[in-house]
Amino acid sequence: MNEEVDFECAECTNPVEPFLRTDRMPHIWCPGCGIGTTVNCFTRALIDSKADLDKLVVVSGIGCTGRVAGYIALDSFHTTHGRAIPFATGLKLANPNLTVVVYAGDGDLSAIGGNHLIHAARRNIDLKVICVNNLIYGMTGGQTAPTTPAESTTSTNPYGTFEPGFNLPHLVDAAGAVYVARWTTFHVRQVARSMQEAFKKKGFSFIEIISPCPTLYQRRNKMGDALDAMKYYKQASKVKNGAPTGEVGLTKTGEIAVGKFVDRDRPDYRSLMVHQFHESLGEEYVEMGECSCS
Amino acid sequence: MAKGTVKIVVERCKACGFCVEFCPTKVLALSPAFNSKGYHPPHMVNPEKCSGCDLCGMYCPDFAIFGYKKGEKAEQQEAVHES
Amino acid sequence: MKADPAGVLTGVHFLDGDHACCEGALAAGARFAAGYPITPSTEVVERFAARVPKVGGTFIQMEDELASSIAIQGAVWGGAKAFTVTSGPGFSLMMEHIGYAIMTETPCVFVDVQRGGPSTGLPTLPAQSDMMQARWGSHGDYEVIALCPNSPQECFDLAITAFNLSEKYRVPVMFMMDECVGHMTEKVIIPPADEIEVEPRRKTSKKPGAYKPYAVNGDGTLVPEIAHAGEGYKFHITGLTHDERGYPAMTVAAQQKLVGRLQDKIRRAADDLVLVEEQNTNDADVVVVSYGITSRVAQRAIDSARAKGMKVGKLRLKIVWPFPDQLIKKLARRAKAFVVPELNLGQISREVERAAAGVKTVCVPHAGGGVHRPEDVLKAIQEAVR
Repeated sequence: MNEEVDFECAECTNPVEPFLRTDRMPHIWCPGCGIGTTVNCFTRALIDSKADLDKLVVVSGIGCTGRVAGYIALDSFHTTHGRAIPFATGLKLANPNLTVVVYAGDGDLSAIGGNHLIHAARRNIDLKVICVNNLIYGMTGGQTAPTTPAESTTSTNPYGTFEPGFNLPHLVDAAGAVYVARWTTFHVRQVARSMQEAFKKKGFSFIEIISPCPTLYQRRNKMGDALDAMKYYKQASKVKNGAPTGEVGLTKTGEIAVGKFVDRDRPDYRSLMVHQFHESLGEEYVEMGECSCS
Repeated sequence: MAKGTVKIVVERCKACGFCVEFCPTKVLALSPAFNSKGYHPPHMVNPEKCSGCDLCGMYCPDFAIFGYKKGEKAEQQEAVHES
Repeated sequence: MKADPAGVLTGVHFLDGDHACCEGALAAGARFAAGYPITPSTEVVERFAARVPKVGGTFIQMEDELASSIAIQGAVWGGAKAFTVTSGPGFSLMMEHIGYAIMTETPCVFVDVQRGGPSTGLPTLPAQSDMMQARWGSHGDYEVIALCPNSPQECFDLAITAFNLSEKYRVPVMFMMDECVGHMTEKVIIPPADEIEVEPRRKTSKKPGAYKPYAVNGDGTLVPEIAHAGEGYKFHITGLTHDERGYPAMTVAAQQKLVGRLQDKIRRAADDLVLVEEQNTNDADVVVVSYGITSRVAQRAIDSARAKGMKVGKLRLKIVWPFPDQLIKKLARRAKAFVVPELNLGQISREVERAAAGVKTVCVPHAGGGVHRPEDVLKAIQEAVR
């Protein structure tokens, strides 16, 4: 039984619908998982920014967030664990007309993918990185991630974690990212706005979105369900635009600093490269052309 | 008179409760009915308070609900198809 | 189609194998490379870094081989022909992404200039001990194509073949050089561009909506047509087991269908993928099977043996994988023995032995670091028929 509460618009569809591979719904994410929420924000950002959808490509890693690529009806690549960023780098360099979004989780980006994260930020490769941070490795069953706060219980720290979690905004800021923001899945409008800003920004943009993992992180740490997590985000978040990123680290139950921390301008990798070649080779420089492969 | 309304895809709902909690005007509540997976989807308990702000739609992790303002929908559909 | 003249350095050159390989890649149409320095391969990308900005392409030195081996695949899907270059330790790091290229059917070339191993081994000295790794280094069942040049000229010529085969079969191709061939300097003749055949990318002519990334089009090749990102197809590519739409499909049936097709795609082309240099095998008592630098030492041994009146045939493999089973079987009907010298402790000799099905196969191993002495190979030939 499909109870549709409706007036005036029998054909109306959810604005997110044209962006979904509806032949693959329902998705695999758990009840209350925040990844779907970030996808809503993403599609709103795509609509509002009037992005050329033929030229927007999503590259994801492996994990729960990695599955985003498979559900979005755009050119999308589900790559290997931690390596969405270098794949995206090659893609963007081969066709600079593409807008390349990297959609990956905290473990994928900061553990196995950490090296690529910092180098792409250093180089200011023109990528829009959306990092859904659920403070855990979800897909594989709830292991400790570099972002898991101390004193958390996970499957690989059954007696409690004792390492501090990574402060991702600080890491990418220090590496050279030109746009760094953090929100939570409670901040849906701000997430969508940040994504829009990132689409327009030239250079390495990083948006961290704290998201519940009710099945593993919340449950193992007796932190209630997804709704409890969202209420915690609402209560504990403090908007601190422009805050020094060294001060926005997370703890298990403490304050969550959110906002746009970094928004600066510096030439992206490709601009630097092209400039350098023009300087040194002058007339001899030939920019990478359209595909000469067929 | 309500300025907007919502559309619910009952079969997609997993009853996470986000839409109920975060609706600014408390339009929704989980219904006693349930879908084929056993989840209680939301329904409008205060439909006249709906502004069509679509916050529920933005929150929903399962793409199971969205809100729209009276008359605004047609315009939005066009914008999506053009891009 | 003919090669793009922009990348063809027509003329008579004096180049080492690494440099010639770079020229071969450029002539084949490669316009993107990503790499990480590792002896003895680095010169390939150093030359590419110097050449490609004047030809019209991009080189990026990535932070490691893991990044290089997948950056090239991103570039392929962005429309370029791409390759990476490494040696043993880097080749090991690239294995996961070789598997990704196999699974997603991404045409690209991996150059391995082999050196002594295992581990750090002998960075500046030759070996041929990555040959089995080229075949089986990544996890899972798969077929791959591997070529072995034995001269700087072949580093040029066979590099073009490597790119062409990768496009034709939508498979990553392993270009298995060795330090000796890579660092030896010889005459390399690069012909005019219109004398070089280059395989174009198998682009689909279907419209978005009608196109399925992994549907086979019934021409018998089992090779799907490709589309690039940014052309409006809005396709999905994944390393998960997938169906024709490219969507994850993790069932036994989907696995059998997909992995089976990936295997058959190469196996069905077995005849097309035999590339050898054969001499005096028709009446040979002993057939010497070799590849790469060892084939040049073997040539001296074969010549010596023939001068002594022995009926020795030469089989030099230019394509080593897929292994030419049928050819060995055919030779095994006549020959009394196979002699397989290689710069390893017995890798391709096992393939020869398997295919020879009972005919004596003598491996002439070498742990690496130098090349065989011709007299060692000659001795093996002589003892093979004793």
